[in-house]
Formats: sequence, structure tokens, C-alpha cells
Amino acid sequence: MFELEFMRLAFAAGSVVGVLAPAVGFFLVQRRMSLIGDGIGHTAFAGVAAGYLLGVAPELTALVAAVGGAVAVEWLRARRRAAGDQALALLFYTGIAAGVVLISAAGALDADLFAFLFGSILTVSRTDLVLVMTLGMTGLAIVGLLYRPLAAIVLDEEGARVAGVPVGALNVTVAALAGVTVAVSMRIVGILLIAALMVLPVIAASRLAGSMRAAVLLSMGIGLASVLLGLTLAYQVDLAPGGAIVLVAAASFLVALGIETVRSRR
Amino acid sequence: MLRAVDLRIEPGEFVAIAGPNGGGKTTLVRLVLGLERPTAGSAKLFGEEARHFSRRATLGYVAQRSQLGTDAPATVREVVSAGRLAAGGLVGPLRRRDRAIVEEAISRVGLQEQAGLPIAHLSGGQQQRAFIAKALAGEPALLVLDEPTAGVDVGAQEALAALLAQLHRELRVTILYVSHEFGAVEPVVERLVLVRGGIVFDGRPRDLPGRWHDPSHVHV
Repeated sequence: MFELEFMRLAFAAGSVVGVLAPAVGFFLVQRRMSLIGDGIGHTAFAGVAAGYLLGVAPELTALVAAVGGAVAVEWLRARRRAAGDQALALLFYTGIAAGVVLISAAGALDADLFAFLFGSILTVSRTDLVLVMTLGMTGLAIVGLLYRPLAAIVLDEEGARVAGVPVGALNVTVAALAGVTVAVSMRIVGILLIAALMVLPVIAASRLAGSMRAAVLLSMGIGLASVLLGLTLAYQVDLAPGGAIVLVAAASFLVALGIETVRSRR
Repeated sequence: MLRAVDLRIEPGEFVAIAGPNGGGKTTLVRLVLGLERPTAGSAKLFGEEARHFSRRATLGYVAQRSQLGTDAPATVREVVSAGRLAAGGLVGPLRRRDRAIVEEAISRVGLQEQAGLPIAHLSGGQQQRAFIAKALAGEPALLVLDEPTAGVDVGAQEALAALLAQLHRELRVTILYVSHEFGAVEPVVERLVLVRGGIVFDGRPRDLPGRWHDPSHVHV
């Protein structure tokens, strides 16, 4: 299948997303904010719709909307203007409603929304790949650089704040990274399935890893394996790639659960 | 709401701040740590405005257990290392000296053998010790423990009191022990402050009127 260029591009872009999504998602899941990726996905949909309305590349407007939505949720949460789940609900419903209104205003209800909602990895172009690689590598570099302070916040946010760690700025950074991840992953697994790749590999890895560093690396490994295996399955059996990738990630949780059970019986 | 609070704690003191839930203990601690601004008057830390305290890395804080990541997939050593973050630098790996301080903090709380284990595999008392070690890793001038006895059994509470007394004796660190009950530390603290909307008692534990030994019965 690698003789086909669209498959090579799909695997390359998918690999970046497979590693980036759990790396960022880890710090959300451990702070019990697993669903934020879904909420950001909804605002990304509004961004796509705005792109159609303004005649701008939907990927670009989705990136702006996703990062803006993520930072807004973090602001609401941090300032205690809304409880965590309420802030998410605001993001979910405002995002999807704005998306529907903007799409209808643009007269683009017949646009190829399916590609954004469920992904269209097989249509990734070389230009798309450059964008995915640039943003993805930048995101991974930031996670690597800030790993220790991000881990400290996961373990004890208030203690870190008391000790002078810039918790607010770091939380906004993670939210912005989540926005970037959603925008980058949109073409790979689709807006509706994006959060799965940020969450499922992390849940699976957390059951198996003996340390936080190992859990982050294993999450990234499971994310990458999910994309590679999911894409291969999709090609061989003619399945929807986004759905196949997420189902493999979900299966990894079952495998982790099985391994954990066997270990506990020893 | 706290009113007319006039409290001065000297460096090196071991003070228990007790009182009923909702009495203002947490507010008092948040004011001391500079996390909240007083509506009137001022809160100072080592002579500086608490809100703008310049040496935050020297503040060790052990939050209530429910706020700690005790179910995160992290080893005891990783938890304690997180306490070296502010003092050792935000980015890059810990230096050799920082790693040595982390190991020393782990030894001080007696968790050497558990250092490589996931924090979730430890008992409530051991998890509490790990987070105290995390606070110690910052080489604190002030150690604040918020409701440290919540969710741990009586034996672990007594062990905690002995550990804190030992740390106070060896490190001469200022300790603020904040709890709705103070029975476990009563024998080891030098000073007891009872809070209920304001300070209703401030003195040696043995001078506490008998009817106030259960802080839920503290009446202004």
C-alpha cells in the first residue's frame, strides 16, 4: 500500500497526530478534563464554518477557533466563573450552534462537512503534511520542554501554585496545545472522534505504566500504534480510517485491562 | 468570613490552627500563603506582602488529600521530585544536587524502600508522607499542612505527629498544621490557634479550656 502516495502521506501525517494527541491529552486526562478535546472539537467545527463564510481555508479558521475555545474554557475554569463541566458545556453547545448558524449563513450546508466531522486522511496533501509536521513537532517540543512543570501540576496544582510555579500560564499553554492538536488532528480522525485519540491511549497506558514518564511514553506509543494499525486495517478491509483508528485505540484499553487483571492474579 | 485577626508566627514555631469546618481556617491559610487578598489590613510572609512574596520556592504546602494526584501513574520519587521544581528550575532535568535533595527528603519520611513504587500503591498514611517529602524537597522555610489527618487512620495520624515533631526538631522549619481537629498533634505542637470567624484561642495547648478540646464546640 506504500506505493500509493496518498497512503504514504496519510501514514506520515497520522503518525505525527498519533504521537502528539496522547502527549497533550495526558495532562488533560490526569487533571480529569478528558472531555475538553470534544468541546474543542465543537468549536473547531464553528471555525470550519467561519472559514466557509469568510472564504478562508477552513483549517486555518478551525485552528484559531480551537485554540480560542480551549483558552476560554481554561479561563472560565481558572477564574471560577463556571465549574469545569459547566465551562465544557458552554464550549460544546456554543461551538456546535455557532457552526450550524455560520454554515447556513455561508449557504454551505452542502459543503463537504463529512470530511471534517469524520476525517479524510486519504486526502492529505503534501502542503497539509508540512503544516501537520510543523505544528505537531512544535507541540511535542513544548510538551518535552515543559514536562516537569506540567507533571507537577498534575500531582499537586495548589502546591505548585504556592511554590511560585506559573500554574495559570502553564494551564493556558496546555489548553492552547489541545486546541492545536484538535486542529491538526481534524483531517486525520475528524472533529467528532478527535478527543478519543487524546484520551483512550492515555487511559490504557495509565493502567500499565509504573511511572509517569513511562505512562506518557506508552500513551504516545499506543497512539502511534493505533494510527498505524487503524490505517492498515482501513486500507485492507475498506473501513472508514478515522473510526478504525479510534476503535483500535479503544481495543488497547481492553488489552490493558486484560494485562492488568493477569498481573493482579499473580 | 474572618474578622479582626491579629496573628504573628515566629520563624521556627510549630503551630496548630484548628477550628470547626467553615470557621475560616482555610481562608486564614490562603491569606498567609498569599493566595487571597485580605479585604482590610495586611498579610505578610517573612516581612514581605504575602501576595507578592519573592521567595515562594521556600514555601512547602501539603494540600488536602482530595486535591492531590494520589491516583496519578507516578512513582514516589517522581512525586517528591515535583517538589524540587520551583527551587531547581522549571525546565531541563534535575541536577545532581537537586536529585540528592530529593533522595534526602524521601529518607526523612522513611519511604526509601517505596521510592520506585507508584504512589497509588501506597497506603493513605504513606501517600501523605510522600507529599510531605515533596514539600521538604523545596527546602522550605515554612511548611503548611492543610487537613493532613483526613482519610488516614489513627495509627497513621500518630505517626504523622511524630514525623512532624522530628522534622521540626531537626530542620527548625516553621510548621503550620491546619486541621478541624488537633488531638493527634496536641502533644507535639508548641502553640494552638483556634479559629471560628476570628481567633478565639491562641496559646499553649495545655492552657486550652477543657470545653474547647473538641473544636466543633468552639463558641465565640
